[in-house]
Amino acid sequence: MTDVLDPPVQLPPPPPSHEMLEEHGHDEHHGPTGILKWITTTDHKIIGLSYTVTSVIMMIIGGAFAEIIRAQLASPNGTLVSLSQYNELFTMHGSVMIYLFVGPFAFGGLANIMVPIQIGAPDMAYPRLNALSYWLYLTGAITMLSGFFTAGGAANFGWVAYAPLSNSVNTPGSGADLWIGGLLLTGFSAIFTGVNICATVFYLRAPGMTMFRMPIFTWNMLVTGILILLAFPVLTAGLIMLYCDRHFGTHIFSVQGGGVPVLWQHIFWFWGHPEVYILALPFFGMATEIIAVFSRKPVFGYKGMVFATLTIAALSLGVWAHHMFTTGVVLLPFFSIMSLLIAVPTGIKIFNWIGTMWRGEIWFSTAMLMAIGFLITFLIGGLTGIYLASPPLDFFTHDTYFVVAHFHSVVMALLMAAMGGLYYWGPKITGYLLNERIGKMQFWFLFIGTQIFTFPLYVLGLEGMPRRVAIYPHDPQWKTLNDWSTFGAILIGISTILFVVNVAVSWKKYPSGDNPWDAQTLEWFTTSPPPHHNFYRLPQIRSERPTWDHNHPEHRSLTHGKHPELTEDGLEKVHSS
Amino acid sequence: MQTPALPPQGATVRARRWRHLRRAVALPLAALALSGCTIPSFYASEGATSSSKSVYHLWQWFSIGAVIIGGFVCILVAYAVLRYRRKGDHIPRQSQYQLPLELAYTIVPILIVFGLFAATLVVENKETANPATKVTINVNAFQWGWKFTYPGTNAFVYGQTTQNPEMIMPAGENVHFNLTSSDVIHGFYVHDFNFSRYALPGVRNEFTILAQNEGTYFGQCTQLCGLYHSLMYFRVKVVSQSQYAAWIASFNNPADEAAAKAAAKTTYQQTSSVVPTHGSTTKFGR
Repeated sequence: MTDVLDPPVQLPPPPPSHEMLEEHGHDEHHGPTGILKWITTTDHKIIGLSYTVTSVIMMIIGGAFAEIIRAQLASPNGTLVSLSQYNELFTMHGSVMIYLFVGPFAFGGLANIMVPIQIGAPDMAYPRLNALSYWLYLTGAITMLSGFFTAGGAANFGWVAYAPLSNSVNTPGSGADLWIGGLLLTGFSAIFTGVNICATVFYLRAPGMTMFRMPIFTWNMLVTGILILLAFPVLTAGLIMLYCDRHFGTHIFSVQGGGVPVLWQHIFWFWGHPEVYILALPFFGMATEIIAVFSRKPVFGYKGMVFATLTIAALSLGVWAHHMFTTGVVLLPFFSIMSLLIAVPTGIKIFNWIGTMWRGEIWFSTAMLMAIGFLITFLIGGLTGIYLASPPLDFFTHDTYFVVAHFHSVVMALLMAAMGGLYYWGPKITGYLLNERIGKMQFWFLFIGTQIFTFPLYVLGLEGMPRRVAIYPHDPQWKTLNDWSTFGAILIGISTILFVVNVAVSWKKYPSGDNPWDAQTLEWFTTSPPPHHNFYRLPQIRSERPTWDHNHPEHRSLTHGKHPELTEDGLEKVHSS
Repeated sequence: MQTPALPPQGATVRARRWRHLRRAVALPLAALALSGCTIPSFYASEGATSSSKSVYHLWQWFSIGAVIIGGFVCILVAYAVLRYRRKGDHIPRQSQYQLPLELAYTIVPILIVFGLFAATLVVENKETANPATKVTINVNAFQWGWKFTYPGTNAFVYGQTTQNPEMIMPAGENVHFNLTSSDVIHGFYVHDFNFSRYALPGVRNEFTILAQNEGTYFGQCTQLCGLYHSLMYFRVKVVSQSQYAAWIASFNNPADEAAAKAAAKTTYQQTSSVVPTHGSTTKFGR
């Protein structure tokens, strides 16, 4: 353990009653074991781990598609794949990454494991619904990917499935139907998880865990859950309409029957833009936790952070048409100002992260490096997003590689935060650390690879290269920039391989102990991995950092520069009204 | 700078430094104010139309803001990362709130956002205005090609994928466009116009473009429209007004009229059956 942890952290001994309670027989469950246990479990930790592993496998599949796409674009007349195979590949790359990796990894994986433990709950509010969520997700993922094994190939209309390209005339194959079906299933799994997270946060908080003492990650997951409940049913309804258009002749999105094609875009983006924040907010939360812990400071501007999250969520419901500026049928100024305003709460978050690091004692573990990499990459993605909120600049760059580069900066930042989350919380989930040396190598490949990957794409977009083209024979000088981008994608691929290698190399090798990072929030108070119902005992919860307060009672947060009032036994005085 | 300059007489070091500083700051600012040309292009280009130029300047100002803000944040992060490395098992001061600072980085960005919005509105209102024009071009996009017709005349241009249909338009005159689609959604995008617009089925999208520079510009469909989306090219040729009039007049004979009608008729039938011409190095289909 000492070879991976430097500097070593001095912590007080764990509370004495742990062993006593373990003998008490509280943890004795004579249930099934092995694969039967995995199939029948309702334990949020096992379900969350299943989610995490499945979604990381999805990331590897989606990443493989991306590498094929980049290899195809490495020459102007690429012949690696055919035009229709290329359409399938980018459609499924986007679908797998957005629908099957980033979201499920966050709200099905890490949030499912961490939210109940962070608020001192024994499990999610609806454990069986939670299990149903996972099985719906797995079924949906298999359904969507099985399109590749049909005669017509997988869905090939882009991950946004714009009508009328997605109707039965233009896309007749069953791959498209499997895509719709798979998305319906994963959509329901997301809705159920959203219900579960909201109910858990509202009803299962431990005594003392008030709303403003919840860790930022839990706060962000609560807001994500609310956004899921507002946005996903709209997508589900839209998908059912699309399916009816394809098979039952309803003509909701077709001009011939009196329908409106743009309606699909409204429905899709009314889900799609909140979805951007459904994807991003969990990772903002992860980065917040990591930066605070490894700077050895409380989250700077905690309440401002919460209000920034709520503001982002509120604004995100009113900006969907900035994806539709070039349709010419939306009110430009309204959606422009709403989109620009999102920069304000996002900026607050960035400054709060810097404020958390300021005058801290920063420990550059892999998790912290990933969080800082997230911060820089997200800054680039955020700043280029501001251009796209301005309609004239959006007309200029819409559907070019500039947009592709913008959202890849954003999602690659999220990937860094996700990796940070795995390095940070992995020991809590498994009881074992990952190798830090390989982890740091992974970080540098990922960070540098991402910048080499995205920067040429920005320039290509400004030079006029449209997205979703398999070949660019008329402008062969774009090859150089495309080659750089492909090189960056290869570096990112190597970083993913390093992660898999790290998991294999570190398998049960470096026992972590309960709190290897001297972390602050409640999940680090229990054992690693936590017992069946998460806690044998809870500390006094008098701030958003109960574990820190327990370990360092003399270093409590200076609320507005002042020490909180303490009682004679060193606890914060509670004013009951 | 072959010979070292003589030290300035009668000025203190401090005043000299201030003068240098003033020169260092004031000169670029004055240069910026005097002409837009000295601002870096940030990889965009001026384009060939009146609105493409204002879009380009808007792009430059947004980029300057992005570089300043991004640079400022990067410097803060770099400073924090270098200065506050963990050196021992020391626990720092646990400060959590600094309200004036937090208010500052809430209010200043709001002001910046409204500044950007105001600049956006000026350019946007100019770009989306639809003044009355003498010339109108109807653009029809289909899988996978373009048809340009000139209402009130017999002129038309039609072509599929790499046939590169060439739309002719006059320079120095507002031209009104009616953009439609026969099947799926397409994107009408001309890089040198710094402009794009969807061609939507069932909708007539209208916009006005004032081309200023003569020349031939490359255009392409930007919205995924199916198998041959990658090859849905067209060209825009901006010519002088007299050349334009001559080109329109060249269509005024009966044979061309018949051809125009035939082309208009076949647009919808041919779309699914035509195999495009393309380079032999490219493989198509499954």
